[in-house]
Amino acid sequence: MSELPEEVRSWIGQKRYEEVGEFDVERGYIFTSLASVQNGNPLYWDEKVANDLAGGIVAPPSMISVWFRPHYWAPGRTQQAQPLQVHFDLKEKLGLPEAVMTDNTIVFREPVRVGDRLRTHQVLRSVSDEKTTKLGTGRFWVIDVEYENQHGESVGTESYTGFGYRRKA
Amino acid sequence: MEQASLTLEQVKPGDRLPELAIDVGVTDVVLGALASRDWRPMHHDKDFAIERNGTRHIFVNTPHNAAYFERYITDWTGPRGRLGRIQFRMKDSVFPGDRMVFHGEVKDVARDETGCGWAELSLRLTVGEKTTTECSARVALPTAEDDNPWRRKGAEWRP
Repeated sequence: MSELPEEVRSWIGQKRYEEVGEFDVERGYIFTSLASVQNGNPLYWDEKVANDLAGGIVAPPSMISVWFRPHYWAPGRTQQAQPLQVHFDLKEKLGLPEAVMTDNTIVFREPVRVGDRLRTHQVLRSVSDEKTTKLGTGRFWVIDVEYENQHGESVGTESYTGFGYRRKA
Repeated sequence: MEQASLTLEQVKPGDRLPELAIDVGVTDVVLGALASRDWRPMHHDKDFAIERNGTRHIFVNTPHNAAYFERYITDWTGPRGRLGRIQFRMKDSVFPGDRMVFHGEVKDVARDETGCGWAELSLRLTVGEKTTTECSARVALPTAEDDNPWRRKGAEWRP
């Protein structure tokens, strides 16, 4: 079994990739998400309900990761931006060409509102020893993504477990 | 107009959520990936999914899976239900042509120190005989007709 590289070990617990979202939280994307799961909750469709209940239009909590995922292209960008960069760094440094996400935990705090500009950073929490599953041999890792709004309030924390692997020959 | 919302006293451990069945097509998988700006090819390119991921087709991505569970929960609670926490484990993928069925049960009902009402849910997504995702969720419910969990802030909100 190979040792975990020192560089990867040094990422554990470190705050990385502090970013501000490229665009404001906007209603059009909220509708796209709602349509993708046929979610008719009037909190998101009816402004009166939104004003009465939440003091304005809020985004479905499960959309939290959407607000920092880059668009496919932007002016001046020379390479494709990756969401959850720590995940891709791990694949590269550990030489694991394929990866899947297995577990996802999201804690929701202040509501995300239309017009918000979210900030995020990522923290690698752990990397497992090598393990073999039906997909192949590789390692599991846990990455936390922290999100806050422009007022410095936490809007949530997302925790991903990924499995990076090499397919069986 | 606001729909009726469940209140805490209407819910007890052992209650089951109504099942929800959804047929998934290629367009659904691609729309869900686009809705979460997830451009990785295994969510839109069947050849890539087969050759690189070793799966039989493109498959539903993580945020789309979360959005389906959120819809399932708030279809049940009504608009005053406010998600505090959701945790899920994807044991298998959902592919075009699959019929997803969501199942749920109330595991616990409680008020926290701030008076906020919470239901703890155990949820499952199945395709045929197979459970593809196991999920647990904590959702705030109004404790009375005039209570509204969405108005809670800071220390009054303990997800």
